Amino acid sequence: MTDIEIDTRGETCPVPLVECRKALKKASEGDEVTILGTHPASKKEIPMACKALGLEIIGVEEKDEEWKIKIRR
Amino acid sequence: MTDTAETTDKAVIIVHSGDLDKIYSALIVGNGALAMGMDVSMYFTFWGLQRLKKGGLEKGPLSKMHMLGLGKWMINKRMKAANVASLEKLMNDYKELGGKILACEMTMEIMGVKAEELRTEWIDEYGAVGTYVNEARDAKITLFI
Repeated sequence: MTDIEIDTRGETCPVPLVECRKALKKASEGDEVTILGTHPASKKEIPMACKALGLEIIGVEEKDEEWKIKIRR
Repeated sequence: MTDTAETTDKAVIIVHSGDLDKIYSALIVGNGALAMGMDVSMYFTFWGLQRLKKGGLEKGPLSKMHMLGLGKWMINKRMKAANVASLEKLMNDYKELGGKILACEMTMEIMGVKAEELRTEWIDEYGAVGTYVNEARDAKITLFI
C-alpha cells in the first residue's frame, strides 16, 4: 500500500479534479491518494467524482482556504 | 481504472467552433466528464478541426469581444493571472485520461486539410457523420460547441 499526495494549491477548474483522476488511475487498489487544494468548487466536486467512481473518501481536512481530501483507491 | 463500480456512461461533444473560449469549454467539459468516470469522445469538425493543426490549438479568436486581438490578449492575461491551464495541458490531460478524438473527414476535404498537417498523435479515428451518430447513440451527454 502506498500513500500518494498531489498538490493542486493555486490551481483552478478543472485541474484539481483532473489531477485527482490521474492520480487515482495510476494508484493500485488499497493505495491512499491525498489531494491538497484551494479551489472551492473542487472541494465539493472531488467527493462527487469519488462517489461516481465508487471510491471511499477516508478524510477531509480544512484549514483557512486550504483543503485536503484523502481517498482510498 | 478498472473498478467494477465505474460506470460506462458516455459524453459526446461536437467541437464545431474554433474560437479559443469554446475550445476551452469543450476541453473542460470533456476532462470533467472523464474525471467523473465517463467515457468521452470529441468530434472535431469545421473550425474546430482547424485547431487540431500543428501549432493551431491556441490560435482561435474569441467568440465575443475579440476586438482585433485586444480582447484575446486581455483574456489570456486574466487567465494567466487566475492560473488557468493551457489548452495544450488540457488536451494532454484529456488524452491521458482516455478521451477520444474523432476528426471529420469531410472538413478535411472541403477545407483542404491534409492528415500530415494535423496533430495525428491526438486523433483516434477519422470519420464522417455516421461515426458521430454511432458514438452519440448511447451517450448520456451530447453537446454541440
